[in-house]
Amino acid sequence: MNARTVLAVTSVVLAVVGCSTAPSKPVVSSVEREETAAKASAMLKTSFKANGQAGLDRLDQDETQRACSALDGNAPSKEVAEKIEKLNLATLKYPAEDKLLGDWKNGEKIAQEGRGKQFSDDPAGPVGANCYACHQLAPQELSYGTIGPSLYQFAKLRGYGIETQRYAYGKIYNPDAYAACSNMPRFGHNGILTEQQMKDVTALLMDPASPVNK
Amino acid sequence: MKSGRIAHDTAVPGVKIILRATLFTVVLGAAAIAPALLAQTSAVDEIAKYRAALQDGNPAELWEARGEGIWQQKRGPKQATLEQCDIGLGPGVVKGAYARLPRYFADADRVMDLESRLLWCMATIQGFSDADSRKQLFGNGNDRKSDMEALVAYVTSESRGTPMNVGIAHPKEAEMYRVGERIFYFRGGPHDFGCVTCHGDDAKRIRLQELPNLTTKEGAQKAYTTWPAYRVSQGELRSFQWRLYDCFRQQRFPELIFGSDASIALTTFLARNANGAPFDAPAIKR
Repeated sequence: MNARTVLAVTSVVLAVVGCSTAPSKPVVSSVEREETAAKASAMLKTSFKANGQAGLDRLDQDETQRACSALDGNAPSKEVAEKIEKLNLATLKYPAEDKLLGDWKNGEKIAQEGRGKQFSDDPAGPVGANCYACHQLAPQELSYGTIGPSLYQFAKLRGYGIETQRYAYGKIYNPDAYAACSNMPRFGHNGILTEQQMKDVTALLMDPASPVNK
Repeated sequence: MKSGRIAHDTAVPGVKIILRATLFTVVLGAAAIAPALLAQTSAVDEIAKYRAALQDGNPAELWEARGEGIWQQKRGPKQATLEQCDIGLGPGVVKGAYARLPRYFADADRVMDLESRLLWCMATIQGFSDADSRKQLFGNGNDRKSDMEALVAYVTSESRGTPMNVGIAHPKEAEMYRVGERIFYFRGGPHDFGCVTCHGDDAKRIRLQELPNLTTKEGAQKAYTTWPAYRVSQGELRSFQWRLYDCFRQQRFPELIFGSDASIALTTFLARNANGAPFDAPAIKR
C-alpha cells in the first residue's frame, strides 16, 4: 500500500467535507511548468560535478522519474499511475525456476547497510538496501524509519506462498510496477542490488524462520 | 548565553552512531514486540532529552567570534576587509541581512545566497582567486577549520530574531524561486531520490531521525530558521550550503558545486517558504 495513495484519498475526503486546508497557489499553465522544469534540468547540469562513482549522467531522468517529478509530491492520476506501472512492470526479471528465497541472515545485513552508490562510498565497498531507514522489519531493531510502511510480520500476515514471494521480490526489484512514484528505490531495475542480494532480502521478508515473521 | 533551538536533521549514516549508543541498553532484552514498542518510545524520549540538554551551550559562538574577526581583518592580495561587502542592505551592513537572502544583486546581475555573495566579495574586494577562496569551504571536523563557515556563523548570527523576509519582486528572484521549487521535486539518480522523498510528508523519520516536511510553511520555517548549525556529531558549524551538499550526497547525486545556481534556487525556494518566522540560528543539532 502506498502511503501517498492513502494521503491523496484522505485529502480528497477532507476536501469533500469542506475541511481542506491546502494553501491556494497561483495558477501556472502546463507550458510554463514544462519550461520551468526544463530550466531546472539545465541548471542542475551546470551546478553539479562528477565525483567518484557519481557521474553527471545521474541527473538524466528516465520517463518514470520525469513523470513523478511533475507531481509536486502528490499521488499520480489514475491514468498516469497505470502508464508508469505498466512501464515498470515490463522491467521485472525473476530468478530462474522461481527460487526467490536466499538467506534471511544476509538479508538482515543488507537491510541494515546504508552505504552504497554515494560519491563518498568506496565503489568496491558494500552496497546495501538500507531498508531500516524507512521500514520496520525485525522487531529487535528499534531504530527504524517510517517513510515506508511497517513490514513486521510481512509473510505471517500475507502468507508464505510463491505468489507472495513473487510480490515481495518484484516490489524490491521495481516498486513502481505496483505503486507508481513510490518513494522506494527500484533496487533491481536500477542495478543497486544483485539478484542474490534481492533473494536474501526477500528471504528476510518471507522465510518463516526470519525474525520479521516471529 | 545565546539560545540555539534544537532542530532536526537528516544525515542518515550519522544517525545510527549516536542512536546506537543511546539505544544499546534499551535494545538488550527487547525481543518481543510489545516491550520493543515501549522501548522505542522511551528511546525517542531519551533523544528528546539529549536534544534539550544540548541547549545549555552552543559552541557555534566560537565560530561566530572567529567569523567576526575574519570579517574585520585585512586579507587577500588587496589587503582589504569585508567591511565594504554589500550583502544586500548596503556596504558593511550585517544586521538583519541574512533574513532577506537570497536576493538579486545588480553588480553581479545574479541572485545570490550568503555564501555565493561572500565568494563574490572575497574576489572583488579582497582580490582572492576563485581557487583560493574555495580552498576550505567546509571544516574537516578536526584541525582544518573553514573561514567560510566562520563568516557564515558571524553574519547569520546578526539576523537572530529577525523575521525571514525573502522577496521575489525582481524577475530573476521569481524565476529562481520557481526553478528551486522544481528542483525540490526533481527525482533522479540510481535511487530515484529527490528532496521530496524525505521532506514531503508530516511526521516521518529516517531511522529515529525526525524529518521536517518542507512542503508546509510550518515545516519550512522550523527547518530553515535553524540553519546554519553546530553539529555535535561532526564538531563543526555547518552552513546551509553544506546542508544541501550533504543531502544531495545521500540522494546519490553527483557533488553539488558550492554556490551554484541550483543551490541558490533551492535556497530561495526554502528561505521564502520560511518567510514570517524569526530567524533563530546558528542553532545546535545532534
